[in-house]
Amino acid sequence: MLRRVIPYLLAGVLFGLVLVKSEAASWYRIQEMFHFQAFHMFGIMGSAVLTAFVGVRLMRRLLGRASLEGAPIQLPRKGPGRVRYLAGGAIFGVGWGLIGLCPGPIFALVGTGSPAALLVLAGALHGTWLYGVLHRHLPQ
Amino acid sequence: MQLLLDWLHGPWPWYVAGPLIGAMVPLLLWLGSRSFGISQNLEHLCAITQPQRVGVDFFLYDWKNHSWSLAFAGGAVLGGFGGGVLLANPEPVALSAATRELLARWGVGHSAGLAPVELYGLGWRNLLLLVGSGILVGFGTRYASGCTSGHAITGLSTLQPQSLLAVLGIFAGGLAAAHLLLPLLF
Repeated sequence: MLRRVIPYLLAGVLFGLVLVKSEAASWYRIQEMFHFQAFHMFGIMGSAVLTAFVGVRLMRRLLGRASLEGAPIQLPRKGPGRVRYLAGGAIFGVGWGLIGLCPGPIFALVGTGSPAALLVLAGALHGTWLYGVLHRHLPQ
Repeated sequence: MQLLLDWLHGPWPWYVAGPLIGAMVPLLLWLGSRSFGISQNLEHLCAITQPQRVGVDFFLYDWKNHSWSLAFAGGAVLGGFGGGVLLANPEPVALSAATRELLARWGVGHSAGLAPVELYGLGWRNLLLLVGSGILVGFGTRYASGCTSGHAITGLSTLQPQSLLAVLGIFAGGLAAAHLLLPLLF
């Protein structure tokens, strides 16, 4: 069990490290992005999407169609609906624009020992809870 | 060696960070056919901590099946410690001149650190702002079933139209917050 999750833990360490060192976890950089005042964040996003796009194709060609754990590799599929993606995205976006942290950076910034990040995490857990209670009544 | 250490302490350029983040998508697929994303952990943390007598059914599932994802989030916390404490950047974030002007106009300070004390320093107004924004992030990412990782990176790179909708929503919300709401605070 522990051995099985170690590769994911290490991947997470790299992810958190990159989020902090690239300043994607910085409120300053998020304001700079939403005011279109520098290329930095757009460069991160654009090159990440491009790398993922090419990487998935290369991996399937070079490493085959089975994962290391044995299960066949399946590309993720998002469920149906339109309103949920637009509205959910917009609600999340307002929070992100205000406080400068999306979920990855929340976890990474908690690791830097920031009490503010812990408060954002506490809020995010309550927001998640609220969604769990209300989800049946929301338009999809 | 000193050169390498200096480079590691400094901010990493976008062309190093972006490909490393993007590589998470094929890496997690190859490891165990997992979809790169992190916000589902908010749901798992609720599932773990929900008292039995509360029993909101949305959180009644076996979170142990998602231990890979929790390990990934735990790793991100450790990585944050590495990047923000062990390899902390002693300099302020190297912002563009236009952003520095904007901050001056807002009266927001810009010294070393990833965020200004005017927003992250603890006080009643900031407490409301931090927790309130967190609620929006938690609610919104669950409603949209994904965040910047799951939609903007995994979703767009695997050409999913729903993720494009989510990214449009995210960006519209962010623009509204940055241009309409934040100026009201300063």
